[in-house]
Amino acid sequence: MTLETSIHFFGVMVVAAPAVLLSMLGLSMLFGIPLSEKSTSRLTQSSVAIGLLAVLSILLLMLWNGDRHLPIEMGNWVSIQEQHFHFHLKFVFDRLSIPFTILTFVLCGTIGAFAKVYLHREPGYNRFFLLYSVFLLGMVVSSLAGTIETLFFGWELVGLSSALLIAYFHERQTPVINGHRVWSVYRIADAAFLVAALTMHHLTGGGDFDGLMGSGPWPEGVASIDPHAALVVGLLLLVAAAGKSGMVPFSGWLPRAMEGPTPSSAVFYGALSVHLGAYMLLRVSPLLDVSFPLRVCVIVMGAASALFGALTARVQTDVKSALAYASLTQVGIIVVEIGFGFHYLALIHIIGHALMRTLQLLRAPSLLKDYHTLEDAIGGHLPQTESIIRSPQRGGSPRLYRFCLERGHLDAMIDRFVVRPFEKTFLWTGEMERRWTRFLSGDRSPQVDQARWEHPSINPEPRETTTQRTATQPITTQKRMSATVLTSGQLSTRENSDA
Amino acid sequence: MPEMHFPWLELSILIPLMGSVLVRLPKNREFARKLCVAICVLTLACTIGEFWDFASLDRFEAHDHGGLLSYLFRQGLFVVDELSAPLFPLTALIFLMTFLSTLKTKLDRFSLSGTLVSESILLATFSCRAGWLLVVLLALGTLPPLIELAYRRREGIRVYAIHMGLFVACLIAGWALLPSEAYTMDAATISSKLTFRFLLSGALLTIAGLIRSGVAPLHCWMTDLFERATLGTALLFVVPMPGVYALMRLVLPIAPSWALQSIAILSLITSVYAAAMALVETDARKFFCYLFLSHASLVLVGLELVTAVGLTGALCLWLSVGLSLSGLGLTLRSVEARMGRIDLSRFHGLHEHTPILAGLFLLTGLASIGFPGTIGFIGTELLVEGAVGVYPLIGMAVVVAAALNGIAILRVYFRVFSGTQFSATVSFMAKREERFAVLVLTLLIIGGGLWPQPSVASRYHAAKALIQKRLDQEVSHPPPES
Repeated sequence: MTLETSIHFFGVMVVAAPAVLLSMLGLSMLFGIPLSEKSTSRLTQSSVAIGLLAVLSILLLMLWNGDRHLPIEMGNWVSIQEQHFHFHLKFVFDRLSIPFTILTFVLCGTIGAFAKVYLHREPGYNRFFLLYSVFLLGMVVSSLAGTIETLFFGWELVGLSSALLIAYFHERQTPVINGHRVWSVYRIADAAFLVAALTMHHLTGGGDFDGLMGSGPWPEGVASIDPHAALVVGLLLLVAAAGKSGMVPFSGWLPRAMEGPTPSSAVFYGALSVHLGAYMLLRVSPLLDVSFPLRVCVIVMGAASALFGALTARVQTDVKSALAYASLTQVGIIVVEIGFGFHYLALIHIIGHALMRTLQLLRAPSLLKDYHTLEDAIGGHLPQTESIIRSPQRGGSPRLYRFCLERGHLDAMIDRFVVRPFEKTFLWTGEMERRWTRFLSGDRSPQVDQARWEHPSINPEPRETTTQRTATQPITTQKRMSATVLTSGQLSTRENSDA
Repeated sequence: MPEMHFPWLELSILIPLMGSVLVRLPKNREFARKLCVAICVLTLACTIGEFWDFASLDRFEAHDHGGLLSYLFRQGLFVVDELSAPLFPLTALIFLMTFLSTLKTKLDRFSLSGTLVSESILLATFSCRAGWLLVVLLALGTLPPLIELAYRRREGIRVYAIHMGLFVACLIAGWALLPSEAYTMDAATISSKLTFRFLLSGALLTIAGLIRSGVAPLHCWMTDLFERATLGTALLFVVPMPGVYALMRLVLPIAPSWALQSIAILSLITSVYAAAMALVETDARKFFCYLFLSHASLVLVGLELVTAVGLTGALCLWLSVGLSLSGLGLTLRSVEARMGRIDLSRFHGLHEHTPILAGLFLLTGLASIGFPGTIGFIGTELLVEGAVGVYPLIGMAVVVAAALNGIAILRVYFRVFSGTQFSATVSFMAKREERFAVLVLTLLIIGGGLWPQPSVASRYHAAKALIQKRLDQEVSHPPPES
């Protein structure tokens, strides 16, 4: 086996290992053959181990050979040659992607082992590991992506698994509402990402990062587009990164994301997913060298996020929310480092922070118990350090304290200025449509399946259907209904605030 | 024009037509449903045979092999081309899945023979090119839902009848006014005295196509139909998108570019509007209706862009949306068969009772928005690229619509399948046939997503041929000047 063949083989193994895991877990669910907890965890461990060994082998071969940039071409997934449209599957092993992929496998392996015990006998055990495998595949594909389309592919998988894992305890409303809120933010970020990818296509004739960044190995590539184009693409990517990493103004979803089980909170919002935006900025860092305004925007956004995270983390009353905002602080600092061009520092910061935060999040539930045991033993409270953000009772500024406690009112502002006007507008147009249809139909409202609605075995609390309500009740009732829908989002905000 | 080796089209039209008579005979409704399934399997086999036979010819279009109908009428009554070839198996599959997933409890309300007649009419429609036969079949296709509303369900028909009446009137008037040689005429023939007539007929045909496709503000019949008809009938009436087909056959070859682009912008507005409405809707049926409207409008956007990439995207999306949204609709129908009408203003928590339906809902929903790894991904990418290529700023609306649809789908998934603990005294688990339908749909959605090249290459070939035909016509027969 030649060196080139070996590298290609290991390169394919890195991506194939999580893909095989996903397909096995998915097929077992599809065919209704549930795997035992033992089989699921063994499959997961094997997949992570194979992927990790493969990427370590590539690292060794690269060190042996003195290579710094190894692209693995998988060919065109889809191609229309005449139109120069192609979806190029390419994975790149370089100084950026290899450490991040190793980090992904190490942390996912650790979390997999932790979750095996933590979720023992949980009804959703297999569902957790299915979503975990989606996440693992998404992270590996994103980390190694050599084209922007491949990065988008992985990016979307990470987003979906995040939202569904936040809603893991789906018999309760709050996790579900929070999962949906996170998904909504992700979709906005994804839209910005897609537009950036398209713009990049038009500017460089393809989505290959080499075409955009020049042929130099990371981080020495030089972007081959003009400063204005770099600013446009860069700003769109910055929005996408901000959404994914929970930076200002999208930070409201971070504490909501902690509704998921602890292992997923740790791996997503302490370690990997929360850094994916920063990782993407590192990948396209040559763009920053071309456009000074873009660099300024990155630094400002990073600094604002770091400051916001640092202030807010200090008044949180639950440990996971405090850790989430502490993560944001570090992510903000990492983004500032990227803005200043300290690429290696940012990469090392990501790795160090991810490892530490994962440990903190996994330790958090038992740490509280240990604190209580210790306090019981010494017969009093442990000494507490004074926070720089003090409550008004302790002489702090009420405004600042309230601002931090309400998490900068970011969620409330999104609700007030985006969600509510949106809902109000389209509920009104819906009502106008209903009136028009009623007019056309001569006020003859549709019959509905009343008998089934009132079947006691199925619907213990019979209630009138939307269509009946529409036909018989005035618009004011409709408004009250919509208010119920609206407040469900706010409710969780309040619950989180109260927590 | 080459001929296929077997009368596939004729058989696939006649089998459900004769089957519609046959299924009226047994008194046992469950047996009749099984008979329907067998008839649909046969029809699907014929349409797959047609697809395979046509692909082996490697031509843009081909006649059906001479059969009974060709003998009775004339040679070349039914034609298949690259546009319509995959629509036959898709339509047959959607009908088969609908029959498979029809539960016993719904058999009294769902017309088996009427649905088979609809299938026959729809397949015949897709095998016609521009002509009176197409006009008649499009008009006939509106009757089965009308009959169901008026006689089986005793529902108000005015909204549906007004819109479909207008559709048929515009269709017939437009076609009657159109010069008989419109699709073959040269510039000299379209003289100034014909200009107004030509434009008027084109406008009437366009309006007809827009009404049938549900482009805003002419879409209210669709929400009304979903509220009043059985969900199966409403699904089968809209999901194969015959309105889009009518526009492709009747309007695309003769309409000037500015008219097509106007339709594209109207469709774009509809797409965003419907996506936003889907996001706030509290009735599951209407949610599905708006979601479908948004996607169908996206298909229209791509078709009217008349660029190779945009058209390829739209043709890919036509298939993926047809498949994924029929799966989504049938999932909602299965849930509705167990629960009654689904109110989205509250949570239902059905995941534990119907995990398979929950999974299918999520999968089909994600496929419809073009999630990576599903059948809709490449189509959506191509469509966005095509739209942004033609309208750099307005084209971004496609991305907005896709984002809103994505948010709406997960919202409804959470509302229906999670958020509360639900207890029922009867089993909600999917039946064996439903499981089979789920399996087939999943394999097609994932398979098409992981191996998209054959489908994209075929659709690109079709798009190129359609554009070339239009260009040829423009070169030799330029459109009239006003």
